[in-house]
Amino acid sequence: MLSFILRRLGLSVVLLFLISFISFFIITLTPGSPYPWGEMNPKISPEVKAAFRKKFHLDLPLHQQYAMMLHDLFTGELRSMKDDLPVMNKISTRLPATLSLNIMAILFSLSFGTLLGLYGALYRGNWKDMILSFLSFLFIALPGFWISYLLVLTLVKHVGIPILGTHSYGIEFPNHLALWLDRLWHLMLPAIVLSLAGIATQSRYLRSSMIETLQENYILTARAKGLAPTVVLYQHALRNSLRPLITGIGMLLPILISGSVIIETIFAYPGMGQLGYQAVLERDYPILVTLNFIVATMVLLGNLLSDLLYAWVDPRVRLE
Amino acid sequence: MSSFSGLQPSSSNIQPDYQQRVGSHPFCKNKIALLALSVILFLTLVAAATLLLSWLGLPWPMNPNATDLSQKLLPPSPLHWLGTDHLGRDVFSRMLHGAPISLTVGFTAVIVSLSIGVVIGSIAGFCGGKVDQFLMRLVDAFLCFPTFFLILTVVALLGPSLMNIVLVIGLVSWTGTARLVRGEFLTLRETPYVQAAFTLGQNSSTIIFRHILPNAAAVILITAVLGIPEVILAEAGLSFLGFGVQPPQATWGNIIADGKAYLLEAWWLILFPGFAIFVTALSFYLVGDSLREAGEK
Repeated sequence: MLSFILRRLGLSVVLLFLISFISFFIITLTPGSPYPWGEMNPKISPEVKAAFRKKFHLDLPLHQQYAMMLHDLFTGELRSMKDDLPVMNKISTRLPATLSLNIMAILFSLSFGTLLGLYGALYRGNWKDMILSFLSFLFIALPGFWISYLLVLTLVKHVGIPILGTHSYGIEFPNHLALWLDRLWHLMLPAIVLSLAGIATQSRYLRSSMIETLQENYILTARAKGLAPTVVLYQHALRNSLRPLITGIGMLLPILISGSVIIETIFAYPGMGQLGYQAVLERDYPILVTLNFIVATMVLLGNLLSDLLYAWVDPRVRLE
Repeated sequence: MSSFSGLQPSSSNIQPDYQQRVGSHPFCKNKIALLALSVILFLTLVAAATLLLSWLGLPWPMNPNATDLSQKLLPPSPLHWLGTDHLGRDVFSRMLHGAPISLTVGFTAVIVSLSIGVVIGSIAGFCGGKVDQFLMRLVDAFLCFPTFFLILTVVALLGPSLMNIVLVIGLVSWTGTARLVRGEFLTLRETPYVQAAFTLGQNSSTIIFRHILPNAAAVILITAVLGIPEVILAEAGLSFLGFGVQPPQATWGNIIADGKAYLLEAWWLILFPGFAIFVTALSFYLVGDSLREAGEK
């Protein structure tokens, strides 16, 4: 077990190295300059330009730039090219918002996905199953920005519910509970929109896994010995079908974080996605590289966690 | 139900149940999938007709780029079926002219990603060993990236154009295909007929192209169909963020992007183009999934 974790961590380090390499070169090799004042601005003297290039190591050859970037990344000295603030500070102020949004979305995906998949498998071939299947494709095919706008349009304009930002502004909350409830309320809608695709994929996976399990002999045995249908369903079948749900956690993260670029922009939710979009607009290379790196780390940790959970849930799996 | 066909009364004993067999293919039984397929065919026809008409100099129903500020932000009416945008352009015409773009991006980007994925997957699955290890680690690394964010970054840095969008989406989204094709190769390599081909001393290219790839074709086709809606949605998302195909060329995504400033007064700028994206993506997903299911039966 321990050797498995160590080996996986070792592999993750290699992968992270590869990822930092890919993202650094993709971002640096694309044409265009990162100058905050624009390439051709005549008001900027050559000395200022040279100082900027020196400061961000743009005067070095590429492989040295990459080495400096890695060094700065790990020592936390990487600075934004726009406002010269440390990248880590900028990201860490955004991290809680994105994390809470994504954790909420994962919870929604897993719970509703399980529910939809479970009933789909139960009513397999039935019209109920067809409706559920159709619903899951509907969820995948919905463009996130479109459904968010429709929600904003109907809820804000016609119902008058404030849903933008992380919390209500200009209101004194009587206590912490009210404050947290307000934050949770603001989290709901973006999290639901973000989780739609996740709900769909999870329900498809669970449905096929559940259908497989329901054909196993031990289910027949359990039914034959007269156990209540709900016991057979939840204790025998569902438990053994949870495998895809667990592997799904690791795979969900990159999808969710991609989605949060758009969702955070629409719902004015100050998370990492919004920061990334701004960095793209401003060509802020250090932030882009760091964001990719952080997301990749989260994904790798998620994968490791899901493998461990997998072995814990399914004793047939041996981690070696 | 071909298994019961022998028991069913048939009008002619000599004629094989050819018609029955065509109609009874699992795909054809799925009414929703057939409906989705006809939606796709209809869209393709509309897109082709729009292209042809505008090429002939008869943009139908109106010129998608003709502006008329006296007619701006009009709600849907008999004259402007889906209303007009902030420059007085006819939204219905713009949507028709956006259809070829969405479909082109969908098809071509999938061709790019499929080619890369099939080549890399084949190499990994056929060679095995160190090569396989390295290529699969590369796939793992790509799977850790938030794909859409990576696409957005590169397209934004390169400058958005139809060509760049197609290439970048294709270059980023080949990993799934590569994994799948590798898996198929690993399975098919062990089948008796491929082993026989090895024993007979056939060269690698014959084995790959004549014995293995044709048998993996179904799986590849299904991934392709399921890949198209993902590309269409990604392109729409890019357009929405301002990095899709650039105005004045109309696309479904940039009608919404232009319309988002008028969200509260002109709902038709958001509703209709988004619905078109949604229905197109949904149709491809449904067709792809029922193909997959038909293959499993």
